[in-house]
Amino acid sequence: MEPHTISNIVVASLIAAGGWAWTRAARSDLWRNAARELRQRRPVALAVIAIFVAVGLLDAVAWIGGGEGAENTLAQSKPRSLVDRLFPIGFKEASYSAPLAQAEFYGGKPLKFPARHLLGTDILGRDVLHLSLKGVRIALLIGGLTSLIVIPLALFLGISAGYFGGRTDDVVFFVMSTLASIPSLLLLIALIMALGRGPVQVCVAMGVTSWVGFCRIVRGEAFKLRELDYVQAARALGVPEFRIILSHILPNLMHLVVITFVLLFSGLVLSEAILAWLGIGIDGSWGQMVDQARDELARDPVVWWNLMAASSALFGLILAVNLVGDAIRDILDPRTLRENL
Amino acid sequence: MFAFLIRRTAYGLITVLGVLALLFVLFFLYAKPIDIARRAVGEKAPPEVLEKWIENHGYDRPVLEQLKDHYRRMLTFDFGRSDLDDSSIKERIRRGVVPSLTLTLPLFFMGLFVSIGLSLFVAYFRETYIDRAGVALCVFGMSVSILIYIIGGQFVIGKMLRWFPISGFDPTPALIARFMALPVIIGILSTFGSDVRFYRTVFVEESNRDYVRTARAKGCGDGRIMARHVLPNAMIPILTRVVVAIPFLFTGSLLLEAFFGIPGLGSMTVDAINGNDFSTLRAMVFIGSLLFIGGQILTDVSYTLVDPRVRLG
Repeated sequence: MEPHTISNIVVASLIAAGGWAWTRAARSDLWRNAARELRQRRPVALAVIAIFVAVGLLDAVAWIGGGEGAENTLAQSKPRSLVDRLFPIGFKEASYSAPLAQAEFYGGKPLKFPARHLLGTDILGRDVLHLSLKGVRIALLIGGLTSLIVIPLALFLGISAGYFGGRTDDVVFFVMSTLASIPSLLLLIALIMALGRGPVQVCVAMGVTSWVGFCRIVRGEAFKLRELDYVQAARALGVPEFRIILSHILPNLMHLVVITFVLLFSGLVLSEAILAWLGIGIDGSWGQMVDQARDELARDPVVWWNLMAASSALFGLILAVNLVGDAIRDILDPRTLRENL
Repeated sequence: MFAFLIRRTAYGLITVLGVLALLFVLFFLYAKPIDIARRAVGEKAPPEVLEKWIENHGYDRPVLEQLKDHYRRMLTFDFGRSDLDDSSIKERIRRGVVPSLTLTLPLFFMGLFVSIGLSLFVAYFRETYIDRAGVALCVFGMSVSILIYIIGGQFVIGKMLRWFPISGFDPTPALIARFMALPVIIGILSTFGSDVRFYRTVFVEESNRDYVRTARAKGCGDGRIMARHVLPNAMIPILTRVVVAIPFLFTGSLLLEAFFGIPGLGSMTVDAINGNDFSTLRAMVFIGSLLFIGGQILTDVSYTLVDPRVRLG
């Protein structure tokens, strides 16, 4: 299957899964109240996140065709996403141009699209606004895909260790303390160098290095929940272990999942920026844009718009996620996670 | 206490063995020797040269022998030679420790001083606008990537204001402070957000305890309560965070050293990453985890120093 078809299917299934989770959560008072309080406390940050998510999803929906009448036939034969379609085909200059400039930054040759590049163009003449918007999808991929690896893994191992105890616990605990004792940035680098470079590899490596913290929390909680009366009662009635876990343990961990997801997200996007600087990040990420722009401040006159665009986008998303994460933690869990995350 | 130390060290050793096993899988089983050789010698090197390189670096022996060798050499701290330029890794580490420490020691102590001072200040004014502004500032600070702190700091302080040199290193005592000032300032800026917020939470939580109310009822001043009652009692969570970081002072800071041209262990690691130097990277990861495990034992011991109730047995 073509990559853009897979991407379209992923978007459709994400929307479906989100809708399903939403209707499930709306049935419970806990989640309805939490959502209402969150909307009251952090309306702006939530709106910012919603915009970022929307841009990311729109950039993942792509198809071939459209843009008739343009002279660039090569670009027409490639799939273009909804975000790409906001810009004309072949929206490129020869080199740097300042925001809304009429001419090139060095040399002063007139531009193909004068005063159309809102945030200027980079060294290869690509539109910076377009690149920044495309970075949204990469940032969401880094945070989202990695969390999809981390959370199920940590839940599975943490519940097994905490609920069953004994040998299982010993093994899981040993694996956790081994992984935790390797400095995480070095382990991340070692993993990527061994696995190879690419978006999926980077996400897997980041998943391996970041599941331990959450797993430790889940293990502790499962250990506590196991002793509660209703779990004991279920066991006395002969309910099978996996049903106890599914219907009594797991739902009581869901608030931790939500908090962890949000708090993990910003950390992941920030560490990808460091990886990008080391040359082992994901292509097209804001981290890579910042890395490419780092020598531009040494130029004379200074080229500032690249760095500015990438770092503001990064900062905006992370700040919004951090604010919402803090609020969610305060609403759902005033105590447990304070010292652990 | 003694029995605890022995038990803890024994578990630490087992963890070290686990770390070594993981490193072996990553660096010997997963990465193919021919790829390592090609990256080290060059993509277009003739096959004979590659063969010779693999033989010289011992990547062609049976897996079990390599495994035994890996354990023996790491545990005796015989790190061998770099894949990249055949220099002795141990020698390079020895040369890199001092430049790393000249950066990390001032960074550590000044950072600790600044963040604990600021968080005491903010916690003293808890539930006021000063507190709220402080927390907001912390969240802002946490949301900026360290890359932007470094690039922006070099540009503003180094290039526009010209207060300090943009980068470089000179071990003579007269010049060292000038070169270290900028990386230390940027290092503190990049971590103060999460530090201050964490310490503030600890202090605020301690301030709500009964003994604080008792002290206040007896007429103790607010400043004295903070310094003499809250600070000592908040030491346990603070120590957990601080003592673990001490061993890493030796491994330096990857980003700061590379950006500021400090020839320490951090830049050595970055060079190893850029040059696909697996043996150096393996040695650095191993040393990092040894130091971490040591740091955790140190943390446990330090608890007994600040809290007489903690008895390790």
